[in-house]
Formats: sequence, structure tokens, C-alpha cells
Amino acid sequence: MTTTTPDVHYLNHEKGFKSWFWTLDHKRLGVMYMWSVIAAFILGGIFALLVRMELMEPNGYVLENAALYGFSDKLSAADLYNHFFTLHGAIMVFLVIIPGIPAALGNFALPMMLGAKDVAYPKLNRFSYHLWLTGAIFFVMALVTKGLDTGWTFYAPYSTSHSDSAVIWATMGAFILGFSSIFTGLNMLVTIHKMRPDGMTWFKMPLFIWAIYATAVIQILATPVIGIALLMLTVERTLGVGIFDPALGGDPVLFEHIFWFYSHPAVYVMILPAMGVVSELIANFSRKPIFGYRSIAFSSVAIAIFSFIVWGHHMFVSGQSDIVNVVFSALTFSVAVPSAIKVFNWVATLYKGSISLDTPMWYALSVIWLFGIGGLTGLWLGTLGTDIHLHDTYFVVAHFHFVMVGSAIFSFIGGIFYWWPKMFGVMYSEGISKLGCAIAFIGFNMTFLPQFVAGSHGMPRRYFDYDPQFEVYNYWSSIGAMVLGVGLSIALYALVRSLMGERKPAPANPWGAVTLDWQCTSPPPPHNFDHAPPVDGPYDHELVRWNDELNGYEPVDPVDGDPNLARMGSAKTV
Amino acid sequence: MTEHAHDSHDDHHGLGHVLPVKLLAGVLGALIFLTLLTVLTGTTYLYGFDLAVALLIATTKATLVCVIFMHLKWDKGFHAFAFIGSVLFVGVFLAYTLTDTKQYQDQIRDYAADTAIDSPFAQPLPDPPADHHHAAGEEHAAGEEHAEGDEDNH
Amino acid sequence: MTTASADAHGHHGDHGHDHPEHLAHHFDTLEQQFDSCKLGMWAFLLTEVLFFSGLFVAYATLRANNPEIFSLAASFLDTKWGAINTVVLLVSSFTAAMSVRNAQLGETSKLKRNLLITLVCAGAFMCIKYVEYSHKYHVGLLPPGMEHSMFNPETPYIPHGDHTGEYLELQAHTADMTPAERVHTMTTLGRFFGVYFFLTGLHGVHVLIGMGVIGWVLMRANRGEFGPDNFTAVDLVALYWHLVDLVWIFLFPLLYLIH
Repeated sequence: MTTTTPDVHYLNHEKGFKSWFWTLDHKRLGVMYMWSVIAAFILGGIFALLVRMELMEPNGYVLENAALYGFSDKLSAADLYNHFFTLHGAIMVFLVIIPGIPAALGNFALPMMLGAKDVAYPKLNRFSYHLWLTGAIFFVMALVTKGLDTGWTFYAPYSTSHSDSAVIWATMGAFILGFSSIFTGLNMLVTIHKMRPDGMTWFKMPLFIWAIYATAVIQILATPVIGIALLMLTVERTLGVGIFDPALGGDPVLFEHIFWFYSHPAVYVMILPAMGVVSELIANFSRKPIFGYRSIAFSSVAIAIFSFIVWGHHMFVSGQSDIVNVVFSALTFSVAVPSAIKVFNWVATLYKGSISLDTPMWYALSVIWLFGIGGLTGLWLGTLGTDIHLHDTYFVVAHFHFVMVGSAIFSFIGGIFYWWPKMFGVMYSEGISKLGCAIAFIGFNMTFLPQFVAGSHGMPRRYFDYDPQFEVYNYWSSIGAMVLGVGLSIALYALVRSLMGERKPAPANPWGAVTLDWQCTSPPPPHNFDHAPPVDGPYDHELVRWNDELNGYEPVDPVDGDPNLARMGSAKTV
Repeated sequence: MTEHAHDSHDDHHGLGHVLPVKLLAGVLGALIFLTLLTVLTGTTYLYGFDLAVALLIATTKATLVCVIFMHLKWDKGFHAFAFIGSVLFVGVFLAYTLTDTKQYQDQIRDYAADTAIDSPFAQPLPDPPADHHHAAGEEHAAGEEHAEGDEDNH
Repeated sequence: MTTASADAHGHHGDHGHDHPEHLAHHFDTLEQQFDSCKLGMWAFLLTEVLFFSGLFVAYATLRANNPEIFSLAASFLDTKWGAINTVVLLVSSFTAAMSVRNAQLGETSKLKRNLLITLVCAGAFMCIKYVEYSHKYHVGLLPPGMEHSMFNPETPYIPHGDHTGEYLELQAHTADMTPAERVHTMTTLGRFFGVYFFLTGLHGVHVLIGMGVIGWVLMRANRGEFGPDNFTAVDLVALYWHLVDLVWIFLFPLLYLIH
């Protein structure tokens, strides 16, 4: 028996644009989310490269050649830089990282991991995706009309009363994207609660599902607050209700409170699902039950809850009062505990594991390194005293890029490589993929490690120009950004190439994972499973064994009539 | 009709609990009574406890609506837990923000006092034009324009 | 929320067989489907609670820091209309709860009547809000950024003719203040009305959405779609409507009953 692609699967059972655009199938929606997010990532990446080009040397390219671009002077040319970094940030946060793992990979994999036919509300799921598209159109409108120069944080009163860029297009876009995210979270929450198959207790769920669950809690409870914050900002800008603008007696710090009440938890909307992906990857490529299953599961929930009580650490220098500063600083450290629990558990899982270094594992190992740096530098910033010095410097920029890109995006890409064979039924070239990962990893460190130094020496963020003493850091950072761009392009090439020309069919279970998503064909049939598959612990790797002919894993004790389903019950539980 | 409410529970695949009319009507009566009570207490001087009393009555009303009208008493415990949890998060949100804004109000007032001189409200409010067909003055002219354009501006 | 496919199907018919008529393909049992819809609706209600919380925070910080100005501001709101609107919404909440009962028991004509009363009450609420809003518009009690607002810091609007009552009251009240006090009073009042219009406006939008979904359920009730096995849509719409009521239960004392 050799690996073949099934004749009818979710990708080909219906054809045409309409069958995709109006689909209710969670797998198709997941795939469309993935490509949309990748497109937005490329757009945001272009702005990132423009930012780095401008900062490569003091008095950068656009500044130097202001007249060439039709600017009357350097200052108006410098305003273009504000648009670059704002659009980079806004697109990456609202269009890429927040929907990235929960909406794309979550949609694709989560119902299958539960052995379900679909999410609880398929129509709501499609509606979320259409909202995402609408939000993206709003962002593009902001981009092509007057741009956006407020920073992705939209701080008042600049955004309410002074900026003449397309603030309302962007805030309404983010508002709509917020509701897209809420509905995705709501769908996932209900799916996890109500659609688990018989036998899958809470503690037999794969850790990815725990992570998505914790994320859904944040999406449901925190995202509406950004909705109202942006709505307030929009109304303030149009009708002047006077809540935020000090010229009308308003309180701009209040905006920051309301904004960060969401946007700090949003950071965990970005990182929690990434941690879930890494947990899956580390366990499956170490072929070992994950170390400390329950502590990882609980730490996801703990992070979700703690995330609501630490938002003030973004506001240490905003004019926030001393008392609140001290309380927030102290509470911020509490988040470090569950985060560290996860990292220690990953490392402990690797110990004495039977590690196979496939591409997804390369990404997972990168994330351990990158998240380690990103997480630990977060402690410096949570400490009130050091933060006063480091606030709004490149140290902060480097810190959150290590977490948002180094951890969240690398996990996202790792997850794509992990589920790619299931999504499209093809294997990619391991060589090219690993090359891409290695170059991206090197490029990433080259981009952001120098920024820590520049920041700790006092280089402020969001400035269009800088003192010559920072040139060396910025130069290497810009080179690194290009290397990172090359690495990610190679990764994308490896994926696209696998779909072109002579395809290499993927087996049902190329990685030897025993979560239920690997117990149907690659690509899966339209309704995933005819009957809910039998369930046991998600990391009992002894239930499957390698088969050379299949070029993949097969169940040791298959259920009659279905060579992909493993019979459970013999293995010990987690 | 009202009496078989509890029995019907099991007849309906456990899908829901049917509430008796008497209970619903009783709750409506209590809610209207509490509304009248809060109007009464809201228009009386209560030695600084006005807000506390108003919120207490409002919370009682809200609890009645949640527990009876929204079936929380007979519903899955998780729904009540989640709802109470969300209210607690709102409490955290309020508590922090209130603590904080209280601390820096003086700065805002100082800033406002410094810039007050530029405001039109630094002067006593001018008299409104006695009759808008005859009076003169800039504000009045502006006012008249608005009076005519009321519907449009809406 | 009502986009949940699960409740979007047909007439109540036989059940207990392998796949009942109004059971979506991806659910195993009616109970699982019903529980999922309820949980989803409750999750959505949490979202709504947090959605309003931002405005309540804005309200609370403003009030806590300016209690005296709030009691002045509330004197410009008509307690009578506020109380009437509260009762109107409470009655509509009651009829919404009744319609769930009617749907559960399959009493279609009573269900239609109760849904209709709910819809009429919602309409009445909006009419009363319109009366209140238009009065405030004419006398200039608007958010400070608006042209027609007496709190506009650029060119304050001065009402005239029959609409000067509130203005004269304010003029007398601020006559003996220092300039700084007067500026503070006027700008804070402006912000109060900003928050007032925003809170009640957002609530009003929710009432309008509620009217839309109640109308939708009423239409389906007219077709006789609801019965003991299929009342999820009525239940979910009623839950939403109770939340709209809950918000108003807090808005009424917080906005109208301050002194």
C-alpha cells in the first residue's frame, strides 16, 4: 500500500469561487483565513521593510531625497515614516497576528481534533471570515485615502482631534475585525464545550485546544472593550463628546485605560494559541507525552485570567498615578509564572525524547529560544524602575517583536508546516523549508538583538531619524530585516512549490501524532468523520507505528474498516 | 396551565424549564415596585447614601431579571458563573480606573485653571436674545440660522 | 448571534428518530444543539456586558471626580420620562419571558400576542427617547463638539425663543462663579451630555436591533414554526432583550436620579 490522495476530499468536492466564498466548511474557512492572513502579512511586511530602509542610516533614504518624492521639506517627508510604522503595526496586529492562529489554524484543526464534523455555528464562522474581509477592506481604504499616522494604538487626543489621516476608516476597520475575532472566539468556546466526543474529558483534550479555549475566553471578554474604545474614539472625532480630548475637558489617560484593558489581553490572544501549537509540536516530535500536561493546561487559563489585571504596565509614563503604577508592576510579575511553567515543561518534554527534527520542530525549537528572550526582557519592562528608563525605546520594540513575531508568527508558520500535509495532502521539501527557517531565525535575531542595545542606550521608538551613535545597531537591524524577509520568502516558496508540478502525496499521519485530526485522510473528507473516532490520551504515541510503505504512521491496532483510525483504550492515559 | 410547568420539564428533552405565569407576573410587579421605590429614594436626600441605595435597588432588579426572566436559576451553572465572572471583570476595570483618575485630578484641574482664560465660559453667560425676530448680535445670528436649520442638522 | 444555523430550520415535526427535522447535521442530539445555542448566547451576552463597560467606566470616572456637577446635570433630565421608559422596558421584558413560555408550551396565538406587545413596548421606548432627544437638541444640551451645543468651547450656542429655560437656569447658577469654576462647570456639563447621549444612544441602537430580531421571531411565529422542540430562537432573542433591559435598569438611576 502506498500513499495516495483520496479521490473526493474537502478541497475538490465542490468547485468554483462561490463554493469557497459561501462555504460553511470549517476547513475551507481555515484555509481561506490562512491565505488571507498571509497576504496581509506580506503587506505588513512591506511596511516593515520600508521602516527599516528609512532607519538604515541617519538621515535615511526618503528624508535625503524628500524633493524627489515631491515633498516640500524633510519634515513633511518624515510624516510618511509615521504612516509606514503605523500601517505596519496596525496591519500586523489586527489583520495578521490576532486572527492568525485562532482563526486560521484553529478553524482548520480544532473541530477535527475534537472528532467533530464542524464548529458549533458554521454560519457564524463564515460571518466572522466575511467580517475579517470587510475589516481588511476598511484598512485598505485607510491606506489608499489618507493613510494612517496615529500609531496602531490610536492615542487620544492626537487621533481624536489632530491627525488628518484616515483615522475613522482604520478604527472602524479594527472595530469590525474585533467582532470577527469575538465571533471566532465564541464559536471555539462553544465548540470546545459542547462538541467534544464521548470519552474526551477536559483533561484528554490536546493542549492546542486548551490554548484556543483560553484565547476564546479573552476574545469574548476583552475584545468588546476595544470595540467600545474605538467606537468612543470615532464618536469623539465626529461629534466631539469630550470624553478623551482635553480641549473639551476630557481625559486622554482614560482612553489609554480603556484601550489597554483590551490590548493587553490581546497580547495573549496572540501568544496563547502560539503556545498551544508549540505544545503540540514539542510533544509530537519528541514522541513523548508532554511533560506536565495539567500544568500547561492550567497555565493557559491562568494567563488568560491574569491578562485582565496587568494592563496598566503599558502606561507607566502616561501620567497614571503612582499607586496604580506600583500595583500594576507587582501584578505583572504574576504572568511570568504560568509563562515560565510552559517553557520549562517544553524543555522537560524534550529531555530523553525521541526527537525528530522535521521542519515544524525547527520552528518549535526556535520559539523556545525566541520566547525565552522575549519573555525575560518583559520582566525588565514590568519592573517599574527600569521601565521608566526603557519605556518607548527600541528595547520595548525588540521585546514585543520577540514575543509577537519570534513567538507568535514563528509558531504560526510552524503550525502551517505541521498541518500543511493535512490541509493539502502534499509533503513539502524538507530541505528548502529548513533552509527558510534557519535563515529567518538568523535574520530575526540579527534584526532585533541590536535593537535591545540601541533601546537600552536610549534610542526612542517611532522616531523618523536618530543620533549617529545608534547607526551601527540600526544598520545591522536593517540588514537583519532583509535576511528575515529572505528566510520567510523561502519558507513561502517551499509551501507553494509543494502544490506545484509533481506533488508528493502526504500520508494520513506523517508525524506520528495521535490527536484525532490525524485520524482521517489527508486532505480530510468533507465531513471529517463518519462517526466520532475513539478517544484516548492525546499524546499516547505508542498507538501508532511507522510504516515505510505509507511513508507515514499507521495505527498499531486499527478500527475495522478504517485503516486510519487507531483503536484506543489499550494505552495508559496521560 | 401554570401548574404543570414543573412536570413539563422532563417532557421536553430537558431542553428548557417552563416558568409559571404567576412567578413571571410576580417578578414584574416587584420590578415595577422597585422602580417606584428608586424614584422615591432618588428624589429624597439620603445623607450621601443616594448612589449606594440607587445601585442596591438597581442590582436587586437586575438580579431578579437574571435569575427569573433569564432562567439562570434553572439553567446550567456555568452560565451563571460566566455571567458573574464578566461582571467581576467589569468591577476590576472600574476599580483600577477610578483609583487612578482620582489620583491625577488635581493636575487636570490645574491645567484647566491655567487655560480657562481662553474659554468663552470665562465670562458670565450672555443673556439669550429676547426675541429672535428682532435682536441683534453674532451669537443670535448663529442661533437663528440653527433654528431654521434644525431638521437639517439633525 | 441568530446566524446560528442550528435554529434556522423548519416546522416542528416528529422527533426522537435518527435525525430530527430541525437538528443541524453537525450536532448529534437536539439537546446538544440547544445547549450549544444557549451557551453561545450567554457568551455573546458577556461580550455585551464588557462592550458597555467602557462607557460605564467613562461615566464613573467623570462622576466620581465631579459629583456636584452631575447633580446639576441630572436636573436637566426628566425623571418622569425616564421612569415611564423603565416601566415600558420592564413590561416588555415580562412579555418576552412570557413568549418563551408560550413557545415552550406551543401556544402559538399567545406567543404572537406577547411578541407583538414586546415589539410595541420597544417602539414606545424609542418614541419617548425621541421626545427627550429632540427637547435637548432644541435647548442646546448636546455634546460639546457639536455646533448646536451650548457647551461648545469655540462658539457656544445660545438658545432663544421658547427654548431658553435650561440656559437661563444655568446662567443664574454660574453667575457668581470664578472664571475657572464656570469653565469647569460648563465643560464638565458638556462631557456629561456627551456621555449621556453616547450611553443612551448605544442602548437605543441595541433596542432597534432588538426590534429587528423580535420582528423576525414574530414572523416565524406567524408561520407557526415554534413548539416544544423548537423554541431556541425565541429563547435566545428573549435573553438578548433581557440584557437590553438590564442595561437600562442601571442607566435610569445613574443618569436621571442624581442629586
